[in-house]
Amino acid sequence: MTTPAQTHRGVIHDIGYRPYTGPRLGRRYATRSLYVQSLRAAFGLGRSGKSKVLPFLLFGALVAPTLAIIAIVAFANLKQMPIDYSVYLSRFGVLAQIFLAAQAPVLMSRDLRHHVVPLYFSRPASRSDYVAAKFAAMVSALLIIMTLPLLVLFVGAMLNSFPVGDNLAHLMYGLIAAVLYALLYSAIGLLIAAATPRRGFGVAAIMGGLMITSGVSQIVRALTGGFDPVPRESAHWAELMSPTRTVEGLVNTLFDTGGEGFDRMAAPGTAGVLVYGAVIVLLTAGSYALMLRRYRNV
Amino acid sequence: MTVSTVIKTDGLTKRFPRVTALDRLTVEVQPGVVGLVGANGAGKSTLIKILLGLSPATEGTGRVLGLDIATQGAEIRERVGYMPEHDCLPPDVSATEFVVHMARMSGLPAAAARERTADTLRHVGLYEERYRPMGGYSTGMKQRVKLAQALVHDPQLVLLDEPTNGLDPVGRDEMLGLIRRVHTDFGISVLVTTHLLGELERTCDHLVVIDGGKLLRSSSTASFTEATQLLAVEVTDHPVDRAFDSEAVLRERLTAAGLTVRADGGRILLVELTGDETYDTVRDTVDDLGLGLIRLEQRRHRVAEIFSTDSEAAEQHEAHHEQAAAVPAGGEQA
Repeated sequence: MTTPAQTHRGVIHDIGYRPYTGPRLGRRYATRSLYVQSLRAAFGLGRSGKSKVLPFLLFGALVAPTLAIIAIVAFANLKQMPIDYSVYLSRFGVLAQIFLAAQAPVLMSRDLRHHVVPLYFSRPASRSDYVAAKFAAMVSALLIIMTLPLLVLFVGAMLNSFPVGDNLAHLMYGLIAAVLYALLYSAIGLLIAAATPRRGFGVAAIMGGLMITSGVSQIVRALTGGFDPVPRESAHWAELMSPTRTVEGLVNTLFDTGGEGFDRMAAPGTAGVLVYGAVIVLLTAGSYALMLRRYRNV
Repeated sequence: MTVSTVIKTDGLTKRFPRVTALDRLTVEVQPGVVGLVGANGAGKSTLIKILLGLSPATEGTGRVLGLDIATQGAEIRERVGYMPEHDCLPPDVSATEFVVHMARMSGLPAAAARERTADTLRHVGLYEERYRPMGGYSTGMKQRVKLAQALVHDPQLVLLDEPTNGLDPVGRDEMLGLIRRVHTDFGISVLVTTHLLGELERTCDHLVVIDGGKLLRSSSTASFTEATQLLAVEVTDHPVDRAFDSEAVLRERLTAAGLTVRADGGRILLVELTGDETYDTVRDTVDDLGLGLIRLEQRRHRVAEIFSTDSEAAEQHEAHHEQAAAVPAGGEQA
């Protein structure tokens, strides 16, 4: 009754179509999956080897100086850390900016360029879920690359038996600065990246935007007497022209950090703290709202 | 399939500031393969967007798989697959990675997503190449991946927007065969749009024709192609009298005999078939005139033919139909 072909040879049987009867985890699971995929994509994971080079190079460049600093502290027998945590972020912040400029278009422009966005919207996750997942992924990626060097510095300080309380407080200041940078940068960077399907335009616009605003704000501060022998405090308001300097100024004034240098950013007084804080909140929320609007009609 | 009606719209209207994309569209679609036919800009894509719950209708209501399009968009999108018209595949990702990701975006757990992806890609006919980046795929392979991502979560209904676009004749036949199988083998209902009619005749059970956002017609494919049967008649010139216009005279005689006759360009006359006696009438008339009969064959209306008549004179269509229905009675009287 059995045919030889079925019993003795390695025949691949077409078992036909099998319906799916398992669970469907719905909207929140889909959003979480998109978040994980986007976060991985920000580091080039799950993509070609070439696309991993830049993000990891920048990540490495942000962490490497901390190792050098710890080595110097150990060999020179310094009595305290030569650089504050939040100051470290502003000194090497340009690397985080490059990371944002290079990777925000990876998250947004690619989906637009290859018309993948309509595929997402034809699935359970909504438009606002899409924006939320992308935003969360970019914030997480920036937090990873900015907090790791701070943690390394902290470990270094502990290994050198520096005071725990003081270092912990300043680590917290640094982490708060990192969160503010990550939120503000992500909102602005993703908004710009979502405006164009061309990756190159996105990279140039984000980098140019952050660099130019930073430069202009410094020039205006100089012109209004910020770098005079007796600096005018009012010149600090020029920092509001640059997202980067606004965060730096706010953190410096709030936690009395940033050293004694003549070029220290600082929000002028209580009014300054309130205004700087409001600007950061408005810029972040405004960019996020514009991003939601951007995807309303895709 | 627990739902008997897959899609049901009632007075669905979509107005944009300057155009009305859908105009009081009322249509009901049963399980099976349904063709949504219309010229470019007829409102097909707008209808799909509304059915997916992505774009609110200006007026009217609709249900997909029994779910309200206005309030249950997310539930609909979980049970429906969508294959867009345009290219939607990132070139630097492999088909497997892409479809797995899309399966998870439809709510499938990671392990199930991988398993379903392997199954689905095999069913659409993608084998070893599924591990290569999609940038190097042919149009045919890309269309298969697009279909696979629409099927991977085992939906109850798939909406396919112009799935045969850009394919060569062989690829087109394969895609149409695949679409047919989606219903017969997978048990998934299909709504497929196209502006090319010929290919739908073979694939679809039911056709919905829209134009300018209005419903022109919704009926079974069979009724489209078999609405009226025609007899093509061609005769020789008169053997003796060269000036004798045999077509004109024959037409006159057949009309006098109670038949509906029209010219089909060239020398062919189309006679509406009202029964077996039509053959006899034609034969006897030709014989009477002393002409030779070159051609006497049955013709079917093709969908394309009806559609062109439809869109040219939508209002006249109903009148036309009644006329055709009235003919048999007239034939009997004669």
